[in-house]
Formats: sequence, structure tokens, C-alpha cells
Amino acid sequence: MNVHGLLLLGILLSSFVTGLVIFFLKEESHRLRTWLNLLGAGVKLILVVALIMGIYRGQTYSFTIEFLPGLPFTLGADANSVLFLTLSTVLWFWTTLYAVGYLEHSLHRSRFFGFFSLCVTATTGIALSANLVTFLTFFELLTVSTYPLVVHRGTKEAMRGGKTYLAYTLTGGAVLLLAVAWLHSLAGPVVFKERGVLQALVSSHPRELQVIFLLFMLGLGVKAAIVPLHGWLPKAMVAPAPVSALLHAVAVVKAGAFGIVRIVYDVYGVETAAQLGVLQPLAIAAGITIVYGSVRALFQDELKKRLAYSTVSQVSYIVLGVAILGPAAAIGGLVHLVHQGLMKITLFFGAGNYAETLGIHRVSEMNGVGRRMPLTTAAFTIAALGMIGVPFLAGAVTKQYLKLGAEQAGDEWVVWVLTASSLLNAAYFLPILWRAWVKPPPDQWPAEHNFGRSETHWLLLLPPLVTAALVIWAGVFANSPFSPLAWVKLIAQREYGP
Amino acid sequence: MTSAWAIALLILSPLAAAALAFAFPGRGRGLALGTAAVVGAAIVQLTRAVLAGGVQTHRVGGWGAPLGIDLRADGLALLMLMVTAGIGTAISLYAQGYFRSGHDDEAPHRERYFWPLFLFLWTALNALFLSADIFNLYVTLELLGFAAVTLVALAGKRAALTAALRYLFVSLAASLFYLLGVGLVYGQCATVDLASLAAKAQPGPTLWVALALMTGGLIAKAALFPMHFWLPPAHANAPAPVSALLSALVVKGSFYILLRLWFEAFPALMTPGVAQLFGGLGAAAILWGSVQALLQPRLKLLIAYSTVAQLGYLFLLFPLAAAREGGFVAWSGGLIFLGAHACAKTAMFLTAGNILHAAGHDRIKDLDGITHSLPISAFAFGLAGLSLVGLPPSSGFAGKWLLLNSALAQGQWVWVALILIGSLLAAAYVMRVLSHAFTRVAEPTTPNPIPPVMEWTALALALLSVGLGFASHWVAELLRVGAPVLMGGAAP
Repeated sequence: MNVHGLLLLGILLSSFVTGLVIFFLKEESHRLRTWLNLLGAGVKLILVVALIMGIYRGQTYSFTIEFLPGLPFTLGADANSVLFLTLSTVLWFWTTLYAVGYLEHSLHRSRFFGFFSLCVTATTGIALSANLVTFLTFFELLTVSTYPLVVHRGTKEAMRGGKTYLAYTLTGGAVLLLAVAWLHSLAGPVVFKERGVLQALVSSHPRELQVIFLLFMLGLGVKAAIVPLHGWLPKAMVAPAPVSALLHAVAVVKAGAFGIVRIVYDVYGVETAAQLGVLQPLAIAAGITIVYGSVRALFQDELKKRLAYSTVSQVSYIVLGVAILGPAAAIGGLVHLVHQGLMKITLFFGAGNYAETLGIHRVSEMNGVGRRMPLTTAAFTIAALGMIGVPFLAGAVTKQYLKLGAEQAGDEWVVWVLTASSLLNAAYFLPILWRAWVKPPPDQWPAEHNFGRSETHWLLLLPPLVTAALVIWAGVFANSPFSPLAWVKLIAQREYGP
Repeated sequence: MTSAWAIALLILSPLAAAALAFAFPGRGRGLALGTAAVVGAAIVQLTRAVLAGGVQTHRVGGWGAPLGIDLRADGLALLMLMVTAGIGTAISLYAQGYFRSGHDDEAPHRERYFWPLFLFLWTALNALFLSADIFNLYVTLELLGFAAVTLVALAGKRAALTAALRYLFVSLAASLFYLLGVGLVYGQCATVDLASLAAKAQPGPTLWVALALMTGGLIAKAALFPMHFWLPPAHANAPAPVSALLSALVVKGSFYILLRLWFEAFPALMTPGVAQLFGGLGAAAILWGSVQALLQPRLKLLIAYSTVAQLGYLFLLFPLAAAREGGFVAWSGGLIFLGAHACAKTAMFLTAGNILHAAGHDRIKDLDGITHSLPISAFAFGLAGLSLVGLPPSSGFAGKWLLLNSALAQGQWVWVALILIGSLLAAAYVMRVLSHAFTRVAEPTTPNPIPPVMEWTALALALLSVGLGFASHWVAELLRVGAPVLMGGAAP
């Protein structure tokens, strides 16, 4: 532990303390709560920037306190941490703004924002965990803190969705606990390290390591929504829009995907995992998920459900990139962690705006929304085109590297999966865009709210515009030194380089 | 304060307070809080002494074993004393509000008797944990039983009296079995001192019978499956602070004696068969208790059955700690779990008391919307639930983690599976309550007002149960002092 390590603690506490204080605010103190939220999000952002600058200067950060006998609770910041940390901090900031606007007249706002902050604490904690048991702690905290958000509306349907969510995630958590404990009994405390820490055990315990790897993937795969463990995700769509946005872009599914990255790269190490022969099955599972999710998305009329199945498909791009051997695939997978987050959060912001402003929940109701809400629809369009893989947008960068990686590894079938997925993406997104821009609007929207001259509340409009701009930035400036791609190349080089 | 004084104060101060509380009704809360302060200071002093100088022994009147009474404090005893003091303090804060906020005309009357009995129970528990011989343990166990039974009867309702009576019979019969066992042991070994028994005990039919009698009695008192039948009605019908005391502390008194007997006095008799038998009963308790908890219509019954289930975890300590490899890991895990359960379960029963008084009932299906009317209590219940389920970083997790590690290291896969399944079942019954709590109601009813201290006490205990996970490495260090030889502790 060093003094600089307190910065890591500060990053966690900036949202944790905010959350605790917000719990005790009166329901009516709307202004104070909003300022606290923004203060917490802003402080976190500043601290993360300070952290990145420190890392550029060559400073290392670690923070340790005693926890279990012989097993400390440790935070650290390596390249992988920073990737996920930055993503969640930036997106949290914009989602907070969005949520303030979205929930303006809703009940239980103190409870909502309290758990919202805890949820982000958990996500940043996952990013900053330096050993397995710390990771597990935040992973479970995430489960627990998102449940109240999922059931926030308190309707029968919400409660059912919440129950499904918990049944899946808690069971996944138990499997993960078994994997962590078993590995601990074989290898002692497992600290994350580039290229893994288990090389020594490959010859003595190959069978155990394979089974433990499977357990890890099952435990993490629930949150990452790998088929057939994805059943909770479409049901969790009952949550309010900002929650869905966060769940799909950074919090839950990403935590699962990030966990898989950690296990493959920093616990097993790619070479060890390849030696054990566990990567090929993982790649196949990811491939199946990609195609399955896209096909299911095609048949959903409810907009949020369509987006949910799209998430199922897209998150497995990350898993696929990790599971294919080679630096190019790794770059494609890791960069999608960020790219998918940017695109999907924009889409959910858009869906939320349609629902809040016009009462539109279904694709079939979306005729002509482009004329009524041009800015929202423009942001939505950019994100959708990005998902399809149109050049100069974030998604294209991902797909380009994944394809390159597949060719390098000689996995012909992966190229086919990616092509099929792109076609399917186009098939379920383009009709939406066609309806929105080309078809004439109906005489009356299902439930319209008027916001004066603006197409909707400015707090609902600004976040999707910003995230859509980021989608363009990540695509156009992919090769500049300040892009997700540049950072990810650094990670891949450390994992695969000489 | 020397450690001899500390040991004496641990027994005398709650005893004196009990007498005073009886003589001066209306001063109960002040006396109890005063006791908490004195006991707390004594524990701090004793902990320092134990960590610095090992096991502390105090010979009452200077006689010493085998003639006189020895009082002894090692790591295990101290942990139990701490847990008792923590729960005791919480109850001291909570009980007055509870007895004065209900709709019960008899409440002042009940409160008058509650305080002396509660303080007497505290005395008995402290004396039990400090006892160094099996006869003294009998005496304290008997005192504990009487205090507990009377406290259950305090609720005064018909159901409570029936439950109390049943509890009384079980308790008396169990004590009798235990005493018979003690007699046989004394006849065989000519001593009742825990420390010297290990050397003198020769496994033979007499000792086996003696141990079987004692164990049978203690299992009944500790409500281990299948002897748990008296517990749910007794714990569910008692007043909330009493339910908390019973679930958190009283049943653990008997468990504590079982540990002393099998691991310290008669380790030679701890065959793998015995260890696995205990584990099997614990497993059955976990499964049966959890399933029953899932089926109960009332919150307090659910919590009581959860106690049956969670007690099962404590008995997994036997098969896991009896092994030479990784024994201490399981030993510390089981005992950390004990502390975690005590805090979490107290928090839950206190929450149930809050709900009962605020809403006027504790039917689970009618709990919709309590996060709105009683947010702090609902939050406390949820947090306590985390610890019960064993989610990190709670102390419940720390305990289960250590048990799990020990089971994995020894390749005892049955217990691995059981620990995990038990956690999921616990999650299921905790969620039964919480999913109602989060359901929105069209017209929220205004609850009867209850004193804020009742809600905050429950929350504090729940937070303690979660936060103490970070103290688990310290607790494990403490437990090393005077740990049974079986687990690599130094011989006394």
C-alpha cells in the first residue's frame, strides 16, 4: 500500500458516500439530491483523470486492508482496470444527468439514487479489484445493489423480473464463489497479473484447472448473458430506462464480460488457457450467443426487448475476442467493451426518450419519430449504424479487428459468424431507422408530453447527443493516441508482446 | 484492572444489575446499559491480557481445580463473551421502546420482569463461557435454561405459554441427561476439569455412554435437527427482544459446551464417524430448516426456522475441524459464522418486532410496501440477509469462505455442495420477504409510530454483521489462543 493508493479508495468512496448520504435525504429535497449526485459523479471523474495522469507519469497505485485470514482486500490500477474504470465513470456521469431528468416525477427517488450510486461503486470496484476475492466482493455487491433498481417500479411485473434476475445472478454468484474458493485451495491467494499466475499448476492439476475454468465461465457468464444463461436479461427490461442503459452498457453485463477478460488474461493467462484447451469451447459458446441473440432480436416488437437481445449478441463479441488466440482478436474484443457501452447506452437513452416524450414502446409505433424528435433520432441512428458496422463509427473498428484476429488464428467459422451477425444487425436496426425517418408520423402519439420548443427535456436530450458524439470519436479518431483503441493496443501488447 | 478482576466483573456486574433491576423497577434500561459498559471494559482488558499472555485462569477463592472452581478465558471464550456483550448492548437499547410502544396493556408489567431476567440471562451466559469444568457448565446451563424459559413465557399469550412449557420440558430433560453424563465421567476419571480430562480419559463403554448422554442433552438444547421441534414456536412467540436473545445466544451456549467437550475434554473419542454424524445432522438441519422457512406464513416463524437452518452450519465445524489438515481454518470459520449469525439474526428479530408494532401483524404476504413505511427496518433486514446468505464482505461470508476452504482442502465435497446450497436457500427465503417489501402499494398505510431507537438498533446490528467481515483475520488470531491441541494450538 502507498499513499497514492488512497486515490483508489477515493474513487470508490466518491460514489459510496454519495449513495449513503442520498439514502437519508427527504424525498422532496430534489435540488440537494441532484447536486449531490453531480458532485459525486464529478469528483469521481476528476479523480479518475488524476489516476490516468499519474499512470502516464509512471506512478503505481495499490491499496490494501486486512480482510480474511491470509487474504487481503486489495485495490490496484492496471491497464485493464483503467479501461473499465474510465468507461463506467464517464457513462455514469451522463446517466446520472439522464436519470435526474427521467425520474423527475417518480416516487422513491432517494432510494433509487442511493442504490444507483452503490451500483456504480460496485462497478468501479470491479474495475479496481486486484485479487479474486476483492473482485468477488464487488461482483456480489453489484448483484445486490442493482436488484432494487430493477424492481424500482414495484409492480407485479417488476417484482417477477427482479426475482428472475436474482435467481440467475445469485446462483451464478454461488458458482463463482466455488470457483474462487477451489482455485484458492489449489494456488493460494490469486492476484491478477498479466499473462496469468497459474503456469506452475498446468502440469500437476490440468483437470482441476479445466473444471474451475468452466465454473468461472458459468458464474461470470450469467451476468455476461452467454446463451443459455441469458434468460434474465430480457426480463430485467422492466427497469426504468436509465437503469437498463447502465445495466446494458457498463454495469451488469459488462462486469461479467470484464470478469471473463480478467480470468482469461490475468488469472490463467492466454497461453496457459490455450494449453488447457479451454478457449475453443468458450469461442464456440460466444459464437452461438452472437447469432442467437441477433436472431431473437429480429422478432421483438418491443423496442427495449429488441435492444436487450441485441446486447446478448454484442457482449459476446468481447468474449469471442478474448477466446480467439492472437493480439488482433484481443484488441477487437477489448475495445468492444468500450464501444458497445457507448453505442448501447445511446440506444437506450433514445428508447427512454421515445417512451417518456411520446409514450412509444414498440417498434411498430415508431413511424415518423424522426420528424418529431430529430436530435434523439439522429443520436439513435448513429448508434444503430455503429452496431451494424458502418465505417467511421465505433462498431466498425471492433469488427475489423475481430475479423483480422479470426483470420490470423485460422478460424474460418468466426468470420462467417461475424458476417452473419452484421447482416442480422442490419436486418433488425434498418427497419427501425426506415420507420423513424421515412414513414409519415401518425396523427396522434400514444402519450405525448410537451416540452415547449425543445423536442424533449434537455436533461434527456444532452446525454444521448454526447454519447453519440463519442461513438463517432471512437470510430473516426480510432488511430489517434487518445482513443479506446490506442489504450487497448497497449493491453494487447502486454498480454501477447515479447 | 487485573484479568482476575475482569473475569469477576464479567459475572458479578450483570448479576448485581439483575438484583437491582428487580428491586428498582423502571431503572432497567439504565442498569443494563451500565452493565454493558462495565462488561465491555472488562472484555477489553481481558482481551489484551489474552493476546499478550495467553489463556487467563482465575481460581475462585484461591482453591483451584480439582477442589475449587476455576474460571478460564481463552480466545474462544472471549469471542463468545464479545458476541454476548454486543447483542446484550443492543437489546438494552431496544427493549424499553419495544415494551412501551405496543398495544399491550400488560406491557409495563412485562417490562418490569424483563430486565432482571435479561440481566440474569447475561450473567448465566458469561459464567458459562468462563467455566472451566463440566460440572460448573451444568450449573450455568441450568441457570441459562430457567432464565430463557421464563423470558419466553413473558409474552403471556396462550401460544407463548404452550411453547414455554414445551421448552421447559425439553430443557429440564436435557439438563438431566447432561448431569447423568457428568456423573459417569466423574466416576470414571475422578475429575471434572476440562483441561485435565483429556489426559485422563480412556475410551471405553462408560465414557461413550456418558458422552452420548451429555451430547444428546446438549443437542436438544441447541435445537439441532431432529431435536429442533421446540425452537420455532418458542422463538416465534416470545417478545422480539427475547426471540433475538434466544436465537443469537442461548442456543449457542449449548453448542459451546459441545465444542469444549468434543474438542478439548475428549478429543480421543472424536472418531471420524462421530464427526461425520454431527455433520450429517447439521446438513439435515440446513436443508429442513431452510425449506420450512420458505413455507412459513409469518415473518417471525420464518426467522425462527432460519435459525434451525443456520445452526446446522455450526455443526459442519465438527467433520471439518476434526481433520488434521485445515482443521483450524474450519474452526475459525465456524466460530466467525457463529458471531455473524448472532448479529444478523438479532437484527432480523428486532426488525420483525418493529414491523409487528408498526404494522400490527407480521404476515409475510401483507408486507407490501414496508420499504416505504419503515425504510430503515427494511434496509436492516436486507443487510442482515446479506450476511445470512453469506455475500462478501459480510462476516457470514468470511465464515462460509473458511468452511468452504477447509472442505475443499480436505476434498470433502458433500460439505462443499451443502454450504453453497444452503446459501442459495437462505437467499430464497430472505427474498421472499424483500420482494414483498419492495412491492408498491396503491395506498400506503400509515404505520403506528415506533421509537427511532428501535429501528436504528436493528440497523446497527445489521451493519455490524456485514462490517465484521473485515475483522475476521483478527478474530482468527484471537481464536488461536488456547485453540484445541487437535488444531495445532499449544497444550494448556
